[in-house]
Amino acid sequence: MSSMRRRSEIVFLYACSTFVALLLSAIIVEAVGANWTDVWNSLLDGSLRKPGRWGKTLGSAVPMAMVAVGTIISTKVGLINIGQEGQMLVGAAFAAYVGAHAPGSGPIVICLVIIGGFVGGAFWSGLAGALRYWRNVPEVLTTLLLVTVAANLVGYALKNTWLLLDPDAAFGNRALVSKQLDPDSRLPRVEIFGNNFSLSVILALLIIVLTTWVLSQTVIGFKLNVVGENRRVGQRFGISEVKQGLMAMCASGGFAGLAGAMMLASGDFAKYRLVTGFTVNLGWTGLLVALVAREKVMAIIPVALIFAGLRTGSSFLAATGVERRVTDVVQGLLVLALLVPPAILFIRDRRRALAQVESRT
Amino acid sequence: MGFFEAIWDVLSTETAYTAATRFAAVLVFAAVGEWVAERSGTLNISIEAMILTGAFAGAMGYHWTENALVGILMGMIAGLIVSLVQAQMSHRLTADQFVVGLTLNILFLGVTSFLYAEWKPSSKVVSKLEIPVLKEIPLIGEAFFGQPWPFLFLYLLVPFTWWLVYRTRWGLEVRAVGENPQAADVSGIDVNKRRRQSIYYAGLCSGMGGAYLLLGQVGRFDDGIVAGRGFIALVAVIFGGWTLRGTILGCLLFGSVLSFRLTLPGLGYQLNSELMSSLPFLVTIIAMTAFARRVRPPGSLARPFVRGLK
Repeated sequence: MSSMRRRSEIVFLYACSTFVALLLSAIIVEAVGANWTDVWNSLLDGSLRKPGRWGKTLGSAVPMAMVAVGTIISTKVGLINIGQEGQMLVGAAFAAYVGAHAPGSGPIVICLVIIGGFVGGAFWSGLAGALRYWRNVPEVLTTLLLVTVAANLVGYALKNTWLLLDPDAAFGNRALVSKQLDPDSRLPRVEIFGNNFSLSVILALLIIVLTTWVLSQTVIGFKLNVVGENRRVGQRFGISEVKQGLMAMCASGGFAGLAGAMMLASGDFAKYRLVTGFTVNLGWTGLLVALVAREKVMAIIPVALIFAGLRTGSSFLAATGVERRVTDVVQGLLVLALLVPPAILFIRDRRRALAQVESRT
Repeated sequence: MGFFEAIWDVLSTETAYTAATRFAAVLVFAAVGEWVAERSGTLNISIEAMILTGAFAGAMGYHWTENALVGILMGMIAGLIVSLVQAQMSHRLTADQFVVGLTLNILFLGVTSFLYAEWKPSSKVVSKLEIPVLKEIPLIGEAFFGQPWPFLFLYLLVPFTWWLVYRTRWGLEVRAVGENPQAADVSGIDVNKRRRQSIYYAGLCSGMGGAYLLLGQVGRFDDGIVAGRGFIALVAVIFGGWTLRGTILGCLLFGSVLSFRLTLPGLGYQLNSELMSSLPFLVTIIAMTAFARRVRPPGSLARPFVRGLK
């Protein structure tokens, strides 16, 4: 079959399923007695059109994109990490601890904070990875169960001054917050056309480009791919499954932790402090971004922007009388719909291949 | 030793048993269905969504009719709806079962919390049914025979599931499909159909469990109502080594760990609240670490079946 026809088939399938998802969302909105054009307009206002909004959208797209990069790395070797929410939180906690205690000033502390976040996340997913290869415990479940443990652990750390609790805040209003990052150890913010965003946006873009290159052009990426595609082949060529798997798992959690550290250092969330419920479900959303982007790291950028737009847009929904949780429904429907085309293509390719084999015999 | 005294205190108090079975009941409802799904080869993580939707539908059913039985039926239907999506996506379209399950968990969290905010169903805990003589058994009498009346469904569901899986042709085929789908396929069993059906069964059971959670235990809907119980039920199946007996034992164990947060302060033990709320998950992880190697999972657990592909 010509590649032209195949490509148009793919585009058609994706367009159809997206349309169905949006249609269902519109029906839900109409069913609760609102007007879908109003909802659409306020979503656009909240995410793009109103002054200062697209800066905010960029700000929440960054952590999602970082989480998604990590997720793609672990799926490359065939591991399923779904505990990014917890890894992100542990990363942010490590980053907050480093930020409060690291000596030195300015840029050095920023670097340490970011590295701290990566190490924290890598540690948390590394636990699941180690259990996977040491005792054969399914990593799907451990990563998931560790999310709650992470939330409680960080909750405990935020109650104790020797860990994270800010002594001043503790005596003042008894809020459970960590020490605020010093003004010179925050990621600088850029302002363009009345929108401001932090340098984490540029950092995230660099990481996405770099990861694409590493995964597709280097030996590191190749080894991950071999293990993921067929571990027997890996064995024959002396590529250790355990080593690659652990590495991918740590990188996957590490990027989630990095996302947490960036959230902390960029100031879009909670004013440079760690608070309870700091990750505000961005870990889960980042995971969804990765599910939609599938194996393609570059596809993360548009998907993360759309999901971030839904998120920031949802705060403008109050005027239309629709609950803001409707965006969660829209998001879920979109993801579910976008799972369909690859599956259909897979089945059709198989049927065609089988038909060819049969016609030959 | 304070630790052993504490254990003795818990073991000799009637309320500890009652609380443990109360928490375990929801797990058993869900885990029984999950067990069937796992025997057919699906590691069904959308069970969390099934329980949540079941609980929400239970609340709606009660809100509309003031009748708990209608609530439970609606819960079962809601669980079935979630399982329909899961089964069709993962065993007809061959999308990855974890990806589908995860998406469904997030989607139905959104759907239920959105609909709850729009409709605001009111509901309450149903009355208890106490069985006259059996209830008088010391320590465990109330735990097993003095619970809210939907608890009694468990006494039907568990033996029925056992019969269904071990004594019917359907059950044999389900087990065959989970063990060796290629062989089952060659002998004329529609592998993916059996897998879909076993997911429907999981949906019915978990939806019932969700309705029980709402009408028998919590009373009011809230989007955090399930709080990982689905995943704990899933692990209970692994903990039980994919046998029904073991699964129920696992549910009782995890149920009692879940109940510690309520029972221990009542007995005068002050424990770190963060530790208490992560304890079920820690125990679950430790249990998996200890048992994952000892038991043999169904031969093709979590492996999709496509004819001609191994």
